[in-house]
Amino acid sequence: MSKYLPKQADLIREMEEKPSPLKGDHAKQEWWEMPVEFREGNFCFPAKPEVIEELGFANPRKWAVTDDDWQLPEGWQKTLMDGMRERIKKYRSLKLYLDSCVRCGACADKCHFFLGTGDPKNMPVLRAELVRSVYRGDFPMVEKILKGFAGSRKLTKEVLREWYMYFYQCTECRRCSVFCPMGIDTAEITIMVREILQLVGLNNNWILAPVANCNRTGNHLGIEPHTFVQNVESLVDDIEELTGVAVNPTFNRKGAEILFITPSGDVFGDPGVYTMMGYMLLFEHIGLDYTISTYASEGGNFGFFTSNDMMRKLNAKMYHEAERLGVKWILGGECGHMWRVVHQYMSTMNGPANFLEEPVSPITGTKFSNAKATKMVHIAEFTADLIHNSKLKLDPKRNDHLRTTFHDSCNVARGMGMFEEPRYVLNKVCNSFHEMPENTIREQTFCCGSGSGINAEENMAMRMKGGFPRANAVQKVKEKHQVNSLVTICAIDRASLPPLMRYWNPGVSVYGLHELVGNALVMQGEKMRTEDLREDPMTGFDDKEDDVD
Amino acid sequence: MKKIMLPFAMVAVLALIPFAGVQYAGLDYLFGVVIPYAAAVLFIAGFVYRMVDWLRRPVPYNITSTCGQEKSLDWIHHDKIESPSKPWHAAVRVLSEVLLFRSLFRNNKAEFSKGPDLVYGSTKWLWLGGLVFHWSLLVIVLRHARFFFIMVPGFAESLDQLDSFFDITLPAFYVTDALALSAITFLFVRRVSDAKMRIISLPTDYFPLFLLGGIVGAGVLMRYIAKVDVMAVKDQMLRLMSFSFDPPAEIGALFYVHLFLVCMLLLYFPFSKLMHMGAIFLSPTRTMLNNSREKMHVNVWRQPMKIRTYSEYEDDYREKMKKAKLPLEKE
Repeated sequence: MSKYLPKQADLIREMEEKPSPLKGDHAKQEWWEMPVEFREGNFCFPAKPEVIEELGFANPRKWAVTDDDWQLPEGWQKTLMDGMRERIKKYRSLKLYLDSCVRCGACADKCHFFLGTGDPKNMPVLRAELVRSVYRGDFPMVEKILKGFAGSRKLTKEVLREWYMYFYQCTECRRCSVFCPMGIDTAEITIMVREILQLVGLNNNWILAPVANCNRTGNHLGIEPHTFVQNVESLVDDIEELTGVAVNPTFNRKGAEILFITPSGDVFGDPGVYTMMGYMLLFEHIGLDYTISTYASEGGNFGFFTSNDMMRKLNAKMYHEAERLGVKWILGGECGHMWRVVHQYMSTMNGPANFLEEPVSPITGTKFSNAKATKMVHIAEFTADLIHNSKLKLDPKRNDHLRTTFHDSCNVARGMGMFEEPRYVLNKVCNSFHEMPENTIREQTFCCGSGSGINAEENMAMRMKGGFPRANAVQKVKEKHQVNSLVTICAIDRASLPPLMRYWNPGVSVYGLHELVGNALVMQGEKMRTEDLREDPMTGFDDKEDDVD
Repeated sequence: MKKIMLPFAMVAVLALIPFAGVQYAGLDYLFGVVIPYAAAVLFIAGFVYRMVDWLRRPVPYNITSTCGQEKSLDWIHHDKIESPSKPWHAAVRVLSEVLLFRSLFRNNKAEFSKGPDLVYGSTKWLWLGGLVFHWSLLVIVLRHARFFFIMVPGFAESLDQLDSFFDITLPAFYVTDALALSAITFLFVRRVSDAKMRIISLPTDYFPLFLLGGIVGAGVLMRYIAKVDVMAVKDQMLRLMSFSFDPPAEIGALFYVHLFLVCMLLLYFPFSKLMHMGAIFLSPTRTMLNNSREKMHVNVWRQPMKIRTYSEYEDDYREKMKKAKLPLEKE
């Protein structure tokens, strides 16, 4: 077990006995009097100097979060305040959300980090107040006249430590925004503050290293083209061994009809690779004319967690490559924040993509008019349409060894609005599906606790706390319906939910939706299948000999 | 508690100023003419300034928060209100927020308990309290129209009759007076009784509650207990409406307390959280349409940007790509 992860009994004791600075010693304190405590397991390591340099961000240096001196650049206060003022000019959202909160408290118990830590500064309203208090000191004259009345403060080193801690304890999941009567979106504030913090060199290596990799090699994991191809080909071999079917993905092929882009975690990470195998089986099954790019080999976009410019720069590769290859449209794999970027930002940042065509499914003829401008279709939409038009031969019994529940990924839920397609597909490829409690799914879904680039090993204790509300909801269906499989459509989920499940709900495994599709697909010329894509035995598909006996 | 006592003392002092001023210094003209005009002008100018100040800032990206199924395949039910794709969908979304507090209705509570476990429950009190608070204040403001026009407008007449439905005192008791005072009390008690609310509350959260309490309180006292000459009040309001600077006739000091606190509210309004009244109509997460893949949203400050192009990438990896038999642009 990681040294950053306390034993479960210790963590539970901490959560129960010290569930909240709202009690005990802190009960009479104001939030700005409460200490900021960096300790092992509750923060991510800062970016390495060479990574910062490669990206051209500010203040590359070697430092540790627990240092007293963060080696801030000369005039850091001015840099930060100017950065804030500039963004307040450029974004109505930021200005409006700093101005209009009435502190009604509806959001207070909606954040997974608040529920897991009990720390009042994890209440969305206070997370924003960390910035508002400084912002108020910067503007309204009321404050100058009535000091202490409007709750404002100066930007000190202590305040900066707070910003660094709590804006990396927000996963930009937008759950609070659902409940806010004003529609205030803490994610907007977090995005801006993280962008401002970059200006003085406060960042996180788990985000910046993938960003640098992605810029250079095309994907977060830094896989070079030949290795990328090798790895996909080893998955092709696995598929052939398991199913007897040879699938033939192509790379960087000009003239393909469709460019397929998925998070690189699907090519390299367990259990993402099984989802990748599912995609390839599906494409083989329907005879899709597609290609995979090694240059645009990343669906995800950690640039989204650094700055708007960086997000745009990484995202631009998708259209650039689609244009070069001359494809008609782009199909995107399962990922959360990737789809927030594609759905809400891509055409605005890098469009219009007039060299592409309005997406049409070559198999069913369905026009995806909802993707008319961006020209990019989500794989769950694509597959749901195939199934609805009876184009897939499926045997859901092949997933009978899995009793499933579905985790809505934050970004796909609240930044895109896709709820029905994955459920439709899931219900068609397996026989046992049970929803978690209603206030933990769909638009009220809880984050995995590790989104927005904080799924670093060294942040493990915090991730287990932040992921607790999700784990708790899974536990409910595990007890009631013996659920053993948590299905998601997000690559960060596939990376971060397995440790969360091992910690809180041992016995529950994490699956991508298209892994289950791959299990259920009855392929032409396949051999007798008794094992699923991860070589676990299926139920009711024992060897024929056993049946005879 | 300083953050409660400070705003309370401020409201108390504000109430005493006009009382002393009219009762002992004879400053009727200042409190009855000068300050009301100044407050009205500053309120309107301030409100317009704040709205324009928000509106002139760009909305670079489409950031709708989607709380329901997007419009996608024909056979999948589209949640038009929670994931609007047409302007009228968003209009219904925002108006249901303004008029019915749709999002607060969704509110639930989560509590951490031993186990560890999380227990969720329904909680509609904030929704109900907030709704009663805002709607009673609106009705009260509207029925005050009878003081501002010679001919009482029809809506004010009807509201008045509805509001005094329980004809139990003389003059008839207004339901909204009781509702407003109860709602203010509820919102105050809520802030001090819950640990989470206590810690997030600032003096600027208590101040408007006390101020509104003072305004309604003074109004209630004037109407039912220390009665003032209603006709003189109406005459004075009509004079103000016709932009007259004539001095007011004699009206009780309590009226000036009421009027002065209203003026303070008008002054405070544009520079405080009370501007949420205008902001709620502009919130991008709720006003925007979830059609960002269907229709390109334009960012007015977008600049050209240099990216790492495919040819740079190929230049760096050409040998490795060749070995992996990947197609190349340049051999």
